[in-house]
Amino acid sequence: MRKTDSTPELPATTTDGMGGTVALEVNSPVDAPVGEKAKAFVGRSPGQLAWLRLKRDRTAKVSAITLLVLVVIALLSPVIEKLRGIAPTQPFTDKLNDYAMPLGYAGGMNGTHWLGLEPGNGRDILMQLVYGMRTSLLIAFAAAIVASAIGVLIGIVAGYARGWLDTAINWVIDLTLAFPFLIFALAIIPIVEDNFYGERDAIPASFRVILIIATFALFSWTYTARLVRGQVIALREREFVEAARAAGANTGHILFRQLLPNIWAPILVTLSLNVPAFITTEAALAFVNIGVIEPTPDLGRMIFNSIQYVASDPWYTLWPGLTIFILVLAFNLLGDSLRDALDPKSTR
Amino acid sequence: MVRFLTRRVLVGVVTLIAISIIVFGLFFAVPSSPAKVMCGKNCDAASIAQVETRLGLREPIVTQYTKFMKGIFVGRTYADGTAFERRCDAPCLGYSFRNDEAVTTILSRTVPVTISIVIGAAILWLLIGVSLGMVSALRRGTLFDKLAIGISLTGASMQVFFFGLILLFLLVYTTGLLPFPSYTPFTENPAKWAQGLILPWVTLGFLNSAIYARLSRAQMLETLSEDFVRTARAKGLPLRRVYTKHALRAAITPIVTIAGLDIGASLGGTFITETIFGLRGLGKETVEAVGFLNLPIVVATVLLAAVFIVVANLIVDVLYAVIDPRVRLS
Repeated sequence: MRKTDSTPELPATTTDGMGGTVALEVNSPVDAPVGEKAKAFVGRSPGQLAWLRLKRDRTAKVSAITLLVLVVIALLSPVIEKLRGIAPTQPFTDKLNDYAMPLGYAGGMNGTHWLGLEPGNGRDILMQLVYGMRTSLLIAFAAAIVASAIGVLIGIVAGYARGWLDTAINWVIDLTLAFPFLIFALAIIPIVEDNFYGERDAIPASFRVILIIATFALFSWTYTARLVRGQVIALREREFVEAARAAGANTGHILFRQLLPNIWAPILVTLSLNVPAFITTEAALAFVNIGVIEPTPDLGRMIFNSIQYVASDPWYTLWPGLTIFILVLAFNLLGDSLRDALDPKSTR
Repeated sequence: MVRFLTRRVLVGVVTLIAISIIVFGLFFAVPSSPAKVMCGKNCDAASIAQVETRLGLREPIVTQYTKFMKGIFVGRTYADGTAFERRCDAPCLGYSFRNDEAVTTILSRTVPVTISIVIGAAILWLLIGVSLGMVSALRRGTLFDKLAIGISLTGASMQVFFFGLILLFLLVYTTGLLPFPSYTPFTENPAKWAQGLILPWVTLGFLNSAIYARLSRAQMLETLSEDFVRTARAKGLPLRRVYTKHALRAAITPIVTIAGLDIGASLGGTFITETIFGLRGLGKETVEAVGFLNLPIVVATVLLAAVFIVVANLIVDVLYAVIDPRVRLS
């Protein structure tokens, strides 16, 4: 994160109309520059206001840039592989000593292998990290989006429908929340695989990835659903809903055209905070060897493999651990900033 | 109050039954053949069939489920038509596929380990987390507050496996300040029990206290801006009394809820902590059982974890009623 600190900050009063003086224009038009007439009163939607607040937040800027860099690196991993000419699974056993430990200092760091080699199988750590990050981000984003979609759909229906449907959905939510999620995910993944593939067949890596995403989504839609349900209940008696109903709009239109646009903000916040949670959970599953299958690189599994080398080669633990930490921290910071920007009343 | 409690207990029981049906259905109906797993790789069809009969796997799933539940409450008998019969007293959760050990024996060996880890860690995270959060809320904007926010942000984004391994490297391998974690029963030697578990306590305790510090700080700030706090101060009450008597009580209520649920969830298995430190608790046992598709253990541990969560929910509800009078009245 340090490296992004050196990025020169934009001066507070940029003249692009989106900078520091905007609040003045909105709140006290008296102070606004008189020269341009169009700028005297600037009406802005809540979304635009939130965007302005976000842009002025230094933490948000730093974490967003960090994330952007990491995501681009993860997406460009095949290009990086081409450029460096090192495949993630390529073993450099000739650069390990008799005890399968990397030669040289600090876990074999040098000009070719910037972050050193994995002890044991001699793979390049940097390439494993780059590809591992791609795995992590793919699973976390996919799971977060699927979970939010299910949550929004169920929550909006539960909130708008009263009576037995609401009660039933509520009960399912309570039931899902009572499930020991991590232990259950840990147990169900190998068992489902066994059913589909048995002992003989090799399990394709994509099947495991889909299974992990599905398990995450299946247990994490509840938070979004609860939130959306509460919001919809608060909104459903408002005049604009009544007006839409009086105008003859059907339920689908009221739910997704009238209600949904009003509750984007909290949905976006939960979505952004779900991503780091899933990155951690995925790494935790990989840590007990129920994550993505070899040879697909994975950050959590790297840490699991590194346990036995902690005493002799701590660098092997450090790099994947640091990568996950930075990813999660940046996402958490950005999520917090997003919440502050979308909810001006929040005290933090 | 009595009606409120009965309703909560009933809901809890229904939830548990529903979870047991889902878990049982998924875990016993889904795998290709539990008997084959149990029997091993070099097993002929006849012995697989025998194992299946003995375990009752050839019966309809509903019969299997009722027998399983009966086993938990009154015990059951395994028979395969031959002279071999086996009585399993309540609470019967079956036998391990691997070494035929009773699941209840395994649980009674592993649960104390997990409970020891969670209790120590929970005391740490509640003490450190809540006090840190409260103090930084009262000193909002000071250096202490900023420092606390920084630490808690870092801690809340840190992973158990990374932090645990760092501590292991620094405190055990490099400096040798602490021995490698191990479990000694509390009844045997309390000092050794504590010494062996310091590392997992600190690991879990620090990371969770970061989350609790954030939480209690936000909660306290919100409470301090409420009208009743202003009223209390306007009446001329000493600040100290306002904070400890009025604000603290209101701010701590939601934290009690979250703490109860967190502790309940952790008791189901802190499998990462146990894996790092090589402690044979509930979580590590589950991880190993999953690797071998050792279904009786997996089903038992998942169900036990669900019981912990449901019971924790119940306790939280009761505590809530004690702390917050409004719950009792409604």
